[in-house]
Order: sequence, then structure tokens, then C-alpha cells
Amino acid sequence: MEAGTVSSSRSITVTINDTTYEREVEARKLLIHFVRDDLDLTGSHIGCDTGNCGACSMIVDGTLVKSCMMLAVQADGSTIETVEGLADGEELSKLQQAFSSHHALQCGYCTPGMLMSATALLRANPAPSEAEIKKGLQGNICRCTGYWNIFEAVKEASGG
Amino acid sequence: MSSTTIAPAEVEVEAPAEQYKGQNVPRKEDRRLVQGQGVFVDDVKRHGMGYIHFVRSPYAHAHISSIDVSKAEEIKGVYGTLTGEEVASLTDPFFQISSVPGAHLKDFALAVGKVRYVGEAIVAVVAETRELARDASELVEIEYEPIAPITDARHALAADAPSIHEDAGGNLMWQGTYEWGDLDAAFAEADKIVKIDELHFHRFNSTPLETNGALVEYNRGTGQWTIHTNNQFPGFAAIMMGPAMRTGLDKLRFVTQDIGGGFGNKITSHPQLVACCLLARKLGRAVQWTEWRTDFHSSMSHGNERWFQDTEVAVKNDGTLLGFRTKALDDAGAWLRYEPLGGVIWAQVTPGMYRWRHIKLEFTQVATNKAPVSPNRGYSRMQHLWFTERIIDIVARELELDPVEVRKRNYIRTEDMPYETPNGCVYDSGDYARMLDIGLDLIRWNEREARRAEAVSRGKLLGIGIGSTLDSGTNNFGQSRMINPELQFSGNNEVATVKLDIFGEIVVTLGTTPQGQGHETTAAQVVADILQCSLDDVHVRAGHDSYWNSHAGFSGTYASQFAVTGLSAVKGATEMLAAEIKKLAGAVFGGVPPEALELAEGTVRIRENPEAALPFMACGAIINANNAGLPEDLGVTLNCRYVYRPPFEVPDVEKKFGNLTLTYAAQVHVAVIEVDPETGYYDIVDYAAVDDCGKRINPQIVEGQVMGATAQALGAVVHEQFVYDEDGNLLTPNFYDYHVPHALDMPPLKTGYVESPSPFTALGTKGMGEGGGAGIHAVCAAVQDALRAHGGAVVTDSANPYHKVWEMLRNPHETKKLVSVVDA
Repeated sequence: MEAGTVSSSRSITVTINDTTYEREVEARKLLIHFVRDDLDLTGSHIGCDTGNCGACSMIVDGTLVKSCMMLAVQADGSTIETVEGLADGEELSKLQQAFSSHHALQCGYCTPGMLMSATALLRANPAPSEAEIKKGLQGNICRCTGYWNIFEAVKEASGG
Repeated sequence: MSSTTIAPAEVEVEAPAEQYKGQNVPRKEDRRLVQGQGVFVDDVKRHGMGYIHFVRSPYAHAHISSIDVSKAEEIKGVYGTLTGEEVASLTDPFFQISSVPGAHLKDFALAVGKVRYVGEAIVAVVAETRELARDASELVEIEYEPIAPITDARHALAADAPSIHEDAGGNLMWQGTYEWGDLDAAFAEADKIVKIDELHFHRFNSTPLETNGALVEYNRGTGQWTIHTNNQFPGFAAIMMGPAMRTGLDKLRFVTQDIGGGFGNKITSHPQLVACCLLARKLGRAVQWTEWRTDFHSSMSHGNERWFQDTEVAVKNDGTLLGFRTKALDDAGAWLRYEPLGGVIWAQVTPGMYRWRHIKLEFTQVATNKAPVSPNRGYSRMQHLWFTERIIDIVARELELDPVEVRKRNYIRTEDMPYETPNGCVYDSGDYARMLDIGLDLIRWNEREARRAEAVSRGKLLGIGIGSTLDSGTNNFGQSRMINPELQFSGNNEVATVKLDIFGEIVVTLGTTPQGQGHETTAAQVVADILQCSLDDVHVRAGHDSYWNSHAGFSGTYASQFAVTGLSAVKGATEMLAAEIKKLAGAVFGGVPPEALELAEGTVRIRENPEAALPFMACGAIINANNAGLPEDLGVTLNCRYVYRPPFEVPDVEKKFGNLTLTYAAQVHVAVIEVDPETGYYDIVDYAAVDDCGKRINPQIVEGQVMGATAQALGAVVHEQFVYDEDGNLLTPNFYDYHVPHALDMPPLKTGYVESPSPFTALGTKGMGEGGGAGIHAVCAAVQDALRAHGGAVVTDSANPYHKVWEMLRNPHETKKLVSVVDA
């Protein structure tokens, strides 16, 4: 890179949790940094920078995505769901409630990504088996809980 | 108000009914965290802030010949830089805990003149965005003259070894000999001596999912820094930073809210915090630092790597253990950031869970060209307890005894409690044999032979292993004097404040820095029981802020102590408040003595006349806003601060004798594994974790800690390892190469518990959370058991990835030759 060079930017439009944002964004900026730094939606987190931990998981146009593995410009025109959109006003979703009642979170840092993965799983498979729950969450690292309480919470939210 | 008076003699004082302690009440923290409304350090922003990126060393050991930041500083959007030379002129080296030779280290926030490990920070670059700071860092030009590195601690003291710290005259950092009992007599009394040439505890840490970070602001007018950070021991950071920065601690304000896991790995971020402070002042703007994952792996708080060499165990033919002697060699990495405290912390659990009385351990800590070690969950005790558990299983193997029987024969018995260890520590309570029985029942021990045969029929080798371990909590910091007699630390403390505010709000402030342990919840449980109000009426402030006046020198969340130090402080402050509420109400009621009053249903009322009740709201309003006419000498503020101080003496530094921790939680884990003899791959097919941490304020939170710590242990023993090549390059710098357990890796977990209240704590609680090391011990024992019938390799390393097990299957002699038994 030469001194003084400015990388290319472009304008993008995304709809996140029913709010539409139009912003100028550097072409090389990751979706997670755009959402956290530019839009101030800090519920989604960063744990690894390499797509391993899933703390940044969001649902982009219906598909579960690790948003550190996607550029913000690639999300132009997308409809995105993040943890901030899970509750219905003051009322927690069934899954959020189950995470609390099963002590499926300790520090809470992985929780937003874990909830998004579990939400995507339950949409695709409303009554997952234990093996399917594990498989559905295998892209999300939790360092606090040992996972079992998370499996139980997802099981309860699925009505299983 | 009524002027009724009741004579105290006629009143029987009843203990208030408990409602919340011991219950699985939902956590107060959860509501914000499940909605993404927590405030973690990277969520904190300020107008115009600059992002910091550290330029790090690509060499394990090199002189720095030149640094040129000019090209980086020319970039538009770059706010400035900081170099080691500037740091060395603006600050003094960090205070060293060690006596000589480690005391001579000159440790600064950035490398000065020399780099000592791959990943060491040399220059900080600050820019408008994270991306730009990173790009500009590429333009910093540094010239190096490489020096041969030392990556194996066993070679650090060789005569021709290059010196990592010339100031210290070589690579020896600290050395001390610990000896208790009568070793000669023990070895004379023994029937057999079991010799183990070398055991190795590997290098890993707990890799919290949130890395370290800070947002630092400098107030030029007051000269004060506000440090929003996830450092988990601000008390320690402050005493490291203040003298180095030549400033009083009133100028360092530490603020945390939510912390994304710590596990000890967020104690020693003081060098980076100093760099942030210097930059905030230099650039006149807020600066933000969030560690990249690879930066964490390559530079933060690795767990202590340790060898145990020339071990000899004195044992009777029936398996009675008399004593041992060994040499512990500890790899500190490149700097002593919390070390050499690991050189004494292990002594909290000197005999493990066993009754041997004759113990000698020569401890040597050396520097290497690897990342500095610092506390990691189970800090230093885990290494030592792994060692004692390895001894048990190796002795059982050599003497052809049942490891269950050897443990039961030698466990400290419940009737021996409180038990004074050979080095003066007092194990407060426990029933280890009962815990083992519960664990064995959970994994169906009585069916083991049938299961073994069934596994063999499928071509698998079944192994069962036990890990017994202790989680010593509430440090007596006086133990640091065994490392350096000149240190002026001893005891411990923690603070809480509880106040009743103007509209009746009960507001609790903690000195702690929780990282998921649920302090807001358990503190509220204790408060609500004392004040006899609802849990929802108790507002516990989230996080830590040194502006709140609710901290002391040892405040923080580390070393298994909140249930003792934190909750005792909460209890003390709440009891003060309860007494003040009664005092106030007594005056309002016209002279009713406190004994005649009770707290109930969010009011203070006359016991014999419950309708004469003053709601807490009224109490808060009277003191804070409607206080005319109150007696002059009332002495009530309804704002109570309590400092809990555990009952400790300064240990005897000469004899290295004294009580080093207040409580001893215990864990017994049992692992059942199946090994594929062709590949070395194994599955954990059954697993039990039995925990005893005394009275449990919130059993669900306790169980959560047990399961989480177990998962970390299983990750450590099977996968996790900071591997360096011979040039000192870290080969596992991210979550691709450093594999932590995922959902699919988790074996079935069964949990059990025993509740042995501590006689030494106000609530009968014991600190807990670090007992997971038992999982490492249990899997090591299980691997050795599985291989018994297939070559009989001995497990001599705490890291047992599949390829290693394959090697042990192929060449069992390699480990068997390290162990021998001779007649005494």
C-alpha cells in the first residue's frame, strides 16, 4: 500500500431487524465490523477473526452466516437478522427464555451467535434430535458452559 | 408514630427465614445478555477515538537495530505511534515480584532494544479505523539481528545457552527448595521406591472467547485516565501500572461491565493498558485496543509448562504412601508478568488429597523465548495435582494395586478434617472417599469388567481413570513472601457496599469483576435473605468501577474466592444496613430497641405489632430527604461499606509453613474411554464429575462452573496445546490449529455433589470454579488404563492427542523406560 492511498468505498443498503440503513462503506470492511462499528449494533460479537467461533453469527436473507467471513458490500440489499431482533419488544423469545432457565450462558459472549445458530436450526428443523442439535451448533464455540445446558435449552425451545 | 416500647428481655430474636440461598433462581445478568445488550469492552466507543494495532516481533529472540515509524505516520488517518524507546523514557520498568535473579528484569509496556518471543509488541500504531491501523503497521520498518532462541526449558540453564535477560545474568528466574517432614526416615520406612524420571505438564490456556481490550480516555485537566477494560484483577493492574507510570492510583480509574470469560487469562494485561494510557495522553484522544485472536494466542497468559524430574516415591507394599521428592522445572516464558508466584501457589495443595507427610520439592523457574505465562484456571495447583495423581496411578501400576484402593487408603479422611498439611495449610472440610464412591457409581464401576470385555469384542480398549483434585480458594497473599521475603503483601480482602436509596432502592456494589460467574445474582440472594425482601428489590450494579469506592487492594475476580470474599463482604455490608434500618425505625417509632424490630416483606416493623411497619422506601426517604428532627447522634447513613478480611497470619518464610488459602473445594472426576488400538483415536464414552464446594448459594451456577471447567480440561488433555517449533514460532495461533471443544466434541457428562460446609466462612461456602483440572488427570489415568493390556505404556505427559496415544501404542518402551521400582 502506498502512502496516502484510500481504498475504494461504495454505498450499500441493508435492512437489519426491520430497520433500513444506507451507508458508505469501505470495500474491504467485514460485515461484522460494519454492523458493530458503523451501525453500533454491538450485540453480535467477534471471538476469533477466522470463522471458527460463530460469535458473529447472523441470519442473512434467511441463511445463517458467520459475518466475519463476509464483506459488508456483499450484504448490499440484504435483509439481516441479529440477536437484537429476537425478542418481541419486552418479551423474550422462547429460545432466549430457555437459555436463561437452563443456565445455558455464563459470560454471555458467545450467546448472541449461539442464539442465531439455534434460531436457524429450529426454523429448518423444528424438532431436532440431540445429535441434530449438536450438529446445528457445531460452528459456535462456547468456553464457559460445556455446551450441555445449551443443548437442553434448545431442546426445550423446540418443545422436545 | 407509635411510642410503644418493648423491653428487650421479653423478645426472642429469631434468625430470619432463608428464601433464596440454596435456590436455582434465574440469573439477573441473563436478560441483557440474551438480547445482545451486554456491554463488553469492544462495545464502548468515544467520539474521535483511535484504534490501536500492535506491531509484533516475527523473531523469538533478536536485537532490534532500528525502528522507523515515519512512513506509517504519513498515512492519512493515522493518528500516531508509540515505540519502546518512548515507553522507556516515559515510564519505569514494572515492579518485579521475584527476588533475584528475576528481580533484575526490566519489563516495559513495549519491547526495548530486544525482542524475546514471537508476538512481542514493539510499536503501537493508532488510526481512524481498525483496518487502517493494521495497514499502517505494515509500514513500520524494524531491523533485527536474530539471536538463537531457547524453546525448551530443559536447555535454558546450559552453560552455552544464550542469555534471554542479560540484566538477570542468564535464564534462571527463581529457585527455591521446599522440604517438610523427614524424607530420610520416610524412605527408610518404605518397602518400595517408585522412580519416575520425567513427567511433563504441557502449555495451554483457557482461551476466553472475548480477547483482551481497553478503551482509554485521558482527562488533561485532572490528569486522570479512565480505563474501560476487561482486566479481571484491577487491583493488581493498578499496583503494576501506577508506579511504572509515575502516578498515584487515584489517577487510574478502572471500569468494567460485562467480561467475555477470563479464567485468569485477563489478569496480566497491564503492559498493554500502559501503552493505551500513554497513547491517550500523547494523542489527546480516546484510544481503543482489542486484541486480535492471534495476538491473544501468541502473547497472553499461557499456562505454566512444567516438568517433574527425578521423582522418587516412598511407598509401602500395601500402597500406603509415605512421601516423595521431586524437582519441578517451570517454563515462565519470556517475562515474569505474574510469576514467579506459580513457584509458591502450588504449595496450597502440597500433598494433594493424600496423607503423606514427607515431601521435598525443588522448584526452578527459567525464562524461555515463548509467550509469558500467567494465571490460567487452576493456576499452578493444577500442574501439581496432575503430578500427584500421576504418582498414584503409576504407583498402582508398578505395585499392581487397584488405583481406587490406593486412593482410598491414602485420602485424607473426613474424620481428619480440618486437616493440617505438612506445610501448614488447613483443609477445612470434605469427604473424598464418598465423592469417589459417587463418581464410581455414576459410571457403573461395578460393571467395568463386562464393559471392558464388550469393548474388546468391538476391537476397542476400554480405560477408566480417576482424577481427584482440589480447588483451593481465598489466597493468603502472604505466601508471596516465600518467593520474595521483602514483599509487603499478606492476607486478602474484598469490599461491598449496600445502600438504601431515596425511593427504597436497595443498591449493591461489588469490588469484583465477574466474567460469567453470576455475581449479581448470588449477591442479591444473600442480600434479599438478610433484608427479607424480594430478589427484584435488590439492584446489584453490573461490573466494577473504581469510582464507586467499593474496591480494595485485592479486588477482582480470580482464584476461586467470590463465594467467600465477595459474598462475605456483601453479607457484612447488608447486616450493617439491616442494623441501621432498625436503628432508624426505632428512633422513628419513638425509642423502640432494635431487638424488638424485625425486617419482613420489605419493611421494618415491630415484632409484636406487625402493623407498626415502616416500608424501606420510607426509611430511604427519611434519611436522604426528610431528616429534620432526627436525633443528632443517630449515626445512620443507610449507605454501608464493609471490607471482608479473612483470618490469616503471615506464613513462616524460613520454614515455608503456614495457611495459604482459606477453603478447599474438592472434585473427583471419573472418565471412561475407548481407544482404537489401530489409530490411537479415543472417545470419552462415560464421564462423572463430583464436586464439593461447601454450601451452594445457587446450585445451578455451581454445576455450570463444574461442567464448563470439565469441558476445558477435556479440551486441554485431548487437543489444546501451544506448540512452538525450534525457532520459536507458535504453530497454534488461532482456533483452526488450537482446537477447543465444539458441541460435537462433548461427551456425556454426569454430575454429582457433596456439600461439606466450610467451618471457616460466614456462609459455609468455598470458592470454586477451578476444579476442572480433574478432567486432565482422569483422562490421563484412563489412557494408561486402556493401554495396560496393549503394551502397557505409561502416561507421562498431560497432553494426550490421538497421535500421541498412537505413538504410545506403537512404542510403549519410550514411556515405560521412564519408570522403575526398586526395593527400599
